[in-house]
Amino acid sequence: MSEAQTAKPIPVTVLTGYLGAGKTTLLNRILTENHGKKYAVIVNEFGEIGIDNDLIVESDEEIYEMNNGCICCTVRGDLIRVVEGLMRRPGRFDGIIVETTGLADPVPVAQTFFMDDDVRAKSQLDAVVALVDAKHLPLRLKDSREAEDQIAFADVVVINKIDLVTKEEADRIEEIVRAINPGARVYRAERSGVPLDKVLDQGAFDLERALENDPHFLDHDHPDHVCGPDCDHHHHDHDHDHDHHHHDHGHDHHHGHASAIHDVTVRSVSLRGGEMNPDKFFPWIQNVTQTQGPNILRLKGIIAFKGDEERYVVQGVHMIIEGDHQRAWKAGEKRESRLVFIGRELDPAKLEEAFKACEANA
Amino acid sequence: MPTVAPYDIEGHVVTTAFIGDTPYFATASGEIHKLGTAPKVVKAHEGLLTCVLDPSDKSLVTGGEDGRVLRISSEGDITKLANVPRKWISVVAPGPQGAVAYAVGRSSYVRLADGTVKEFAEARTVEGLAFAPKGLRIAAARYNGVSLHWAGMAAEPWDLEWKGAHTAVTFSPDGRFLVTAMQENALHGWKLEGAKGPSEARNMRMSGYPAKVKSMSWSPKGKWLASSGAPAAIVWPFSAKDGPMGKAPLELGTRADILVTSVSFHGTDEILAIGFIDGMILAVRIADGKEALIRRPGKGAITSMAWSGNGRLLAFASEAGDCGVVDIAG
Repeated sequence: MSEAQTAKPIPVTVLTGYLGAGKTTLLNRILTENHGKKYAVIVNEFGEIGIDNDLIVESDEEIYEMNNGCICCTVRGDLIRVVEGLMRRPGRFDGIIVETTGLADPVPVAQTFFMDDDVRAKSQLDAVVALVDAKHLPLRLKDSREAEDQIAFADVVVINKIDLVTKEEADRIEEIVRAINPGARVYRAERSGVPLDKVLDQGAFDLERALENDPHFLDHDHPDHVCGPDCDHHHHDHDHDHDHHHHDHGHDHHHGHASAIHDVTVRSVSLRGGEMNPDKFFPWIQNVTQTQGPNILRLKGIIAFKGDEERYVVQGVHMIIEGDHQRAWKAGEKRESRLVFIGRELDPAKLEEAFKACEANA
Repeated sequence: MPTVAPYDIEGHVVTTAFIGDTPYFATASGEIHKLGTAPKVVKAHEGLLTCVLDPSDKSLVTGGEDGRVLRISSEGDITKLANVPRKWISVVAPGPQGAVAYAVGRSSYVRLADGTVKEFAEARTVEGLAFAPKGLRIAAARYNGVSLHWAGMAAEPWDLEWKGAHTAVTFSPDGRFLVTAMQENALHGWKLEGAKGPSEARNMRMSGYPAKVKSMSWSPKGKWLASSGAPAAIVWPFSAKDGPMGKAPLELGTRADILVTSVSFHGTDEILAIGFIDGMILAVRIADGKEALIRRPGKGAITSMAWSGNGRLLAFASEAGDCGVVDIAG
C-alpha cells in the first residue's frame, strides 16, 4: 500500500438543523475562531457565510438510491464527487464539515461515508451534530418528521437560542431531545456558543471511540452521564424534573418505552445481557438489521462474547452494520453486553427476548 | 524492459496527455507541466478537477475548483471559455470544430467556437459528458440514465433511462454504442445503431466489477472497450452486431488483489496499457495476450496514461506525483 492510501482518514462532521437553528453562526465560528485547525466546508448555498474562503464548496444535494437490494441505502452523490476532489489535495485542511439543508435527512449523508469505497478509504464520519432552536422545536416536531429524525440520528445535540426561552422551557426542550435520543450528548447554547471541542473531533463513528463518549454507555458516575427518561440507571438520583406522568423511573428492566411526549414517534430500546454466543448473536443482528433496517436510525452496542478477552463494539445505520474488537476487558469490569436501538416501530419485548436468546448460557 | 524517464511532481496528478509527441501533466493544484524540448509550467486553475485532450490534438480543455473552463494551447497559452464563480467544474468534454461542453450542477452547456453558449437543463446533476464522434451531439450522464442533445439544431432530446447513478459516459469511436460507468460497480450500455428513438436503444449490462470503474478506453477501431475497477483490465468485445451481449470480457494483466486504476489503448495497434493502484504498469497485446512490464510499482495509484502521436511513448500520471514517460521501443 502506498503512503497516500494508508494516511489517516480525514474526519467529517455533519451539521444538521432546521432553517434558523443557528448552523451558519456555528459554521462561521468554526471558520474564524482561533483553534489552529482548518476546515473544508461543503454547503448547499453560500447564504450568509460571510467569509471568503476557497475551502467552502457549494454543492447541490443529490440523493442516490443504491441498486444493491438494500431498500434504505441512499447516498449523497454530490458528496462523493466533492470529497474525492478535496482529498486530492489533503494537506490543505484538517477536517471536512458538511452542512445539510434544514429539511434534509441526515442518513444519506452518513451512509455515503460507509457505502462508497473511495470516500470511505480517505475520510471517516466523525459525528452528526444537530442544532435545535429552543423556541421553535415543539412546532417543528408537530409539522415535520425531519426535525425528529435529525435529533434521533445525532451524536451531539446543541439546544440553541436558550436566551429566548425560560429555564423551564429549556428544561422541557432538553427532556424532549433526550426522549428522542437518550444517547446523544446534549448542550445548551446562546448564539451557537457551544465549545467547539464538544462538536468537532468526537469520534462518534470510530469503533475505537464510539461508545466512550456516549452517555448511554458511560459509567453512571462519569461527569458527562446524564439520565434521560429512557435511562436504565438503577439509582435514580436525577437532578432534573420529569413532568410527564407515564414514565416509571422505578423500572429495573431494560425495556425501552414509547415516549409519553406528544409528537415524538422515535423511541429507543436499551438491551442489557450477559456474555453472548457469537454463533447466535451475529446471525441475529444481521437478521434484525436486514428486516427492520428501514426503521432503525442508529444502533450501538458493546458485546461481551464468552471466552473473548476483548470488548466487541457494534454500530449501525439502517441496514449497514459494522463491528470490531475495541480493547481488552479491564480487570474488575463487568462482562456484560449492551445494545441500544434508536428508531420507529421497534418492539422492545421481542428485541429483548431475541437478544437474551443469544446469551451463551441461554 | 523499456526505458522509463521519471518525472516527479508535487502532489496528485489528475491527467497526462500528448499533444503530438510532447507530454503534458495536469496537477490537482492547477498547474500544467509541459515536457519536451521547451519545458514549462503554467498555473491554470486554483484547483484543477478535470483535463481532457481536444479531439483536434492541438489543445487541452480543463475545469477547476475556481469555476473556470480553460483551453490550454500546446505552448501553454490559456484561453478562458467559461467562468462560473463559486461552482466546481468537474466535467468538461471538448468536441468537434472547437466546441466545448461543460456541466454546472443540473445543466450541461455547449460553447461553440464563436462563443455562443447553449444550455441544456437536466433533471439531475450531470456527472459525465461526451461528444458523439459525428455531429454536434452530446451525451450527459446523470442519475437514472443519459440524456442526448443536439447542440447544432432544435431537436427533441433523447432520454435513455436506466436506474442508478451514471458517473461517466463514452461513445464508441464508430458511434454505434454509448457506455456509462455507474456508482454500482458496473458499466451500462445502449446500442444506438438502428434505434429511431430512445426506447429502441437496446440496453446492455456489464457488471461483476469489485470496484467502481473510473477509467475506460476504446481500442483504435472500437472493437474493444477496456475498463478499470477489477484486479485485471476488463475488456469487452464490441465488434459483433450486438456488442458484448452474451459474451464474456477478456481479463488482461490479472494480478492478485491489486486493482487496475487506469487503462489506455494505443492509438493504432491493439495494445493496452494497464495501470495499477500500486503504480505498476503492464502493456498487453490483445491478439495473443502477451504481457510486458512497463513500470515497476511506484508511490501511488496510476491516475492516467496516454500514448504519443508516433505511438512510441507512453506517459503516466500518479496520485502521489511520481509520473514519467516510457519509451516503448526502449
